[in-house]
Amino acid sequence: YVRGIFKNLHGWFINCLRYLFCCFQDRAGQFFSSGHTNNWAVLVCTSRFWFNYRHVANTLSVYRSVKRLGIPDSHIVLMLADDMACNHRNPKPATVFSHKNMELNVYGDDVEVDYRGYEVTVENFLRILTGRLPPSTPRSKRLLSDDRSNILIYLTGHGGNGFLKFQDSEEISNVELADAFEQMWQKRRYNELLFIIDTCQGASMYERFYSPNLMALASSQVGEDSLSHQPDLAIGVHLMDRYTFYLLEFLEDIHPASKTNMNDLFKVCPKSQCVSTPGHRTDLFLRDPGSVLITDFFGSVRKVELTMETINLTDPIEQLESAESGELQKEMHTYADQLPVSEIIHQKPKQKDWHPPDGFILGLWTLILLVFFQTYGVKHLKHIF
Amino acid sequence: MGLLSDPNRRRALISLLTRLNTPICIVCYMAGVAWFMGLAFEPFTLRTYMSENAMGSTMVEERFPAGERALATGREFSAHKKRTGGMPVEWLMKTMQAKGLEVFTQRFSRTLPFPDENKERYMVRGTNVYGILRAPRAPRTEALVLSAPCSPGDNNNQAVGLLLGLAEYFRNQIYWAKDIIFLVNEHDLIGMQAWLEGYHHTNTTGTFCHSRGGSIQAALSLELSSDIITSLDLVLEGLNGQLPNLDLANLFYAFCQKIGVLCTIQGKLQRNDWDSVSGYSHAVQTMMLMVMKQASGRPWGDHGLFLRYHIEAATIKGVNSFRQYKTDATTIGRLLEGMYRKLNNLLERLHQSYFFYLMPSLSHFVSIGYYMPAFGLLAVILLLRALDLWVQLSTPPQRTEDGVTDIEPVRGVLSLLTPLVISHLTGVALYMLPIRFQEMAVEHFPVSETEAVVLTAIAVYTAGLALPHNTHRLLSGEGTEQGWRVLKLVAVLYLAVLLGCTALINFSLGFILALTLVPVAAFVTPHVPKVLSAFILVILSPACTLLFSVFFFQELQEMPISFQDGWLLFLSVISQGILDHSLYGSLVYPLITLLVYPCWLLFWNILFWN
Repeated sequence: YVRGIFKNLHGWFINCLRYLFCCFQDRAGQFFSSGHTNNWAVLVCTSRFWFNYRHVANTLSVYRSVKRLGIPDSHIVLMLADDMACNHRNPKPATVFSHKNMELNVYGDDVEVDYRGYEVTVENFLRILTGRLPPSTPRSKRLLSDDRSNILIYLTGHGGNGFLKFQDSEEISNVELADAFEQMWQKRRYNELLFIIDTCQGASMYERFYSPNLMALASSQVGEDSLSHQPDLAIGVHLMDRYTFYLLEFLEDIHPASKTNMNDLFKVCPKSQCVSTPGHRTDLFLRDPGSVLITDFFGSVRKVELTMETINLTDPIEQLESAESGELQKEMHTYADQLPVSEIIHQKPKQKDWHPPDGFILGLWTLILLVFFQTYGVKHLKHIF
Repeated sequence: MGLLSDPNRRRALISLLTRLNTPICIVCYMAGVAWFMGLAFEPFTLRTYMSENAMGSTMVEERFPAGERALATGREFSAHKKRTGGMPVEWLMKTMQAKGLEVFTQRFSRTLPFPDENKERYMVRGTNVYGILRAPRAPRTEALVLSAPCSPGDNNNQAVGLLLGLAEYFRNQIYWAKDIIFLVNEHDLIGMQAWLEGYHHTNTTGTFCHSRGGSIQAALSLELSSDIITSLDLVLEGLNGQLPNLDLANLFYAFCQKIGVLCTIQGKLQRNDWDSVSGYSHAVQTMMLMVMKQASGRPWGDHGLFLRYHIEAATIKGVNSFRQYKTDATTIGRLLEGMYRKLNNLLERLHQSYFFYLMPSLSHFVSIGYYMPAFGLLAVILLLRALDLWVQLSTPPQRTEDGVTDIEPVRGVLSLLTPLVISHLTGVALYMLPIRFQEMAVEHFPVSETEAVVLTAIAVYTAGLALPHNTHRLLSGEGTEQGWRVLKLVAVLYLAVLLGCTALINFSLGFILALTLVPVAAFVTPHVPKVLSAFILVILSPACTLLFSVFFFQELQEMPISFQDGWLLFLSVISQGILDHSLYGSLVYPLITLLVYPCWLLFWNILFWN
């Protein structure tokens, strides 16, 4: 009887171990589930002038969160179109506040702006994304991502249906942006990309995306305006936009080990708080958003797990016997299509406007002419022919 | 065939035009007047709103604390002013320097063409004192101006005191992106003119300003003569009827509402009952006051001269009347501080809002697109008359009884030229003689120089009425039917162009002239009853229009005057007009004498053609 119990216990123990083992394998599986090995962030504020203080504050607060969660300055490309901290009109020089009553100075004393002032142009932005920069560009101004990089791109400024205004003089359209991302995909410059935009009618900017592994969030739908949050009377301007304000509040709760996923991010700033309806797009993304951690994009997380267990890798490595020299073995090799793009992308067929068939129009006109000449007499016909 | 190229249709149109000419003209005139009166009706106006994005809303925190200290400074200023009998230059310089401004003075001297009896000055000599508050971190490329006039007697002491108090407070702030120039000008408009010319290096009535602050973006002039006020009045009309950008008025109104100060325009309080008769008539009165002030072409505050340099400027007057709710100097200081902080945020000159508008009240305005059709309807009358005359001229002359027709090919032009030249020469005489011959007039008549100038002007004007009888004696024979038609065609077109150009620059002046001159132009022919028409023509002439406007203006301001006082006021208005022209370059006097009066003389000529 004791033997039986012992056997049971043993069996139970083995089962436990197996379960834990599977757990480890699962967790190990999870450890390898997101395919990225490094994180980059491109944070862009596109508008200048003192009354657009809030756009700089938006960008700087995302910068602050991203830096706090672990992405170093060398992996952040920060583009600010105007200098609010040292603007003559700033009653608190060298600060940019995001909360009224000056609670939080997002400018800090360790901010590194890579593209400043007039350097923030559409051309520079696209060159950063696609990597086509002149050889003399310093490393801090480059996006040196590879095919294992998760990139966060944050844009803010004034926008409209299908465009974003840069510096009051030029615009980037949603088509250009989508094409830039496709170039990045074809050059294998990203693993996954999270695109956040906080402008009026921001959802129009991600409508045209067609490359895989893109997830997009916007602060308002087409036809809606993104609103600013709160003015500060001492400084005399609005300090933040609503969407980014609530995004910042949400990110303040994230720490490098948190397990919050993208579905929580989609819930940030509902219509009751934001007045506009935030939108998101996940159809191009391979993984389920529920399994994507916030820190996959906003942080640079090095997860290290110490384990005493051995993990069996499938397909043990075998040494192949070297072939005899002399006979050249020729085999046809084909590159495996790693990412079958055509299967992933489901594009809606472009709706062409319906025209009646040409022959119909011709026939109709012939009929009209014939009726005309019938009623007014055939003698007019000879004037035509 | 097109409408105008088909001869049948053309004949039909033309006959319609000639048959219905007078009714259409009358309808257009009534419609024009009705449209103008309807402008003050509130549903036809728009609410004012801030157009400039950089200025945003009134979200600043005003913290000016030192209203009482400012009033004390004002009392000191008044004591020093009494002691020196003019502008206390040294005291002002010392005070401004103590507050941390860079202080400069500018001397100027001006001799008027004849003594100004209203302000009792002839040879003017004075000093402007201005202090520049340099922006702590900004380059010296842009500036704002706050000015207060140094007036004789007890006026405007509090304004200077508040100016100095604000200077001290502004000096302690670090958020200024533009230099602020605090200006105390002597001899109000003459001093301001000298300062502006010196600052912009345009002319030399005074010395050039030593130091500048960059290009001036906006300016405010303060007139405050009492410690406590009940309301603030905004004055917008400047030289030649130019108005500042509406955004400046919007800014003022927005801050008045935020701080809770009672604000008026034209001295009239706003009413909410626009659908009642009295409410509507109140709005009409406010609008008519603005029209009258704009038509006079004089600057109605020290700000009026800034507008010529494309600097948006307005005057804020403190009014102390019998009301319960009083406002103290600290509140006025806060209002000005808020306005200046908002102007500080400007990146470009104010240009987003309207430059041409009428305001029936401080919160409503009528833009040029809405009020121009009123003038257009009046101008259409002239064009219709011209078309009618053209048609009459181009129909072949009817055969007379003995079958001989008058042929007037070339002689028409020559006979046309004579009245034109003589009328314009009269106009030139009216423009130049009064000032030139004042010494001779003073020798021969027991009048002062001012009276001499004005009475000479009236004399030349009346002498012009006697002309037609003289020009006809010059010509060989009397005028013909063709002749007066050609002259009238030319005169009508000339008047149309003249009034059109005037209305573009100064709508009020153009409209008022159109109201009186267009009926004259429309109905005058040699065949109407002479005495009655002559009388009507004189009543509708520019001088009588001015006389009636004087009385009307006094009525609108609720200060009606008797006929003698009105006549004296009329004379002083003429002298002020001539002075404005020679001192500041106001264009009303040359316009009336050189262009409108000759045009009117042409019609007088036509009346006495036979």
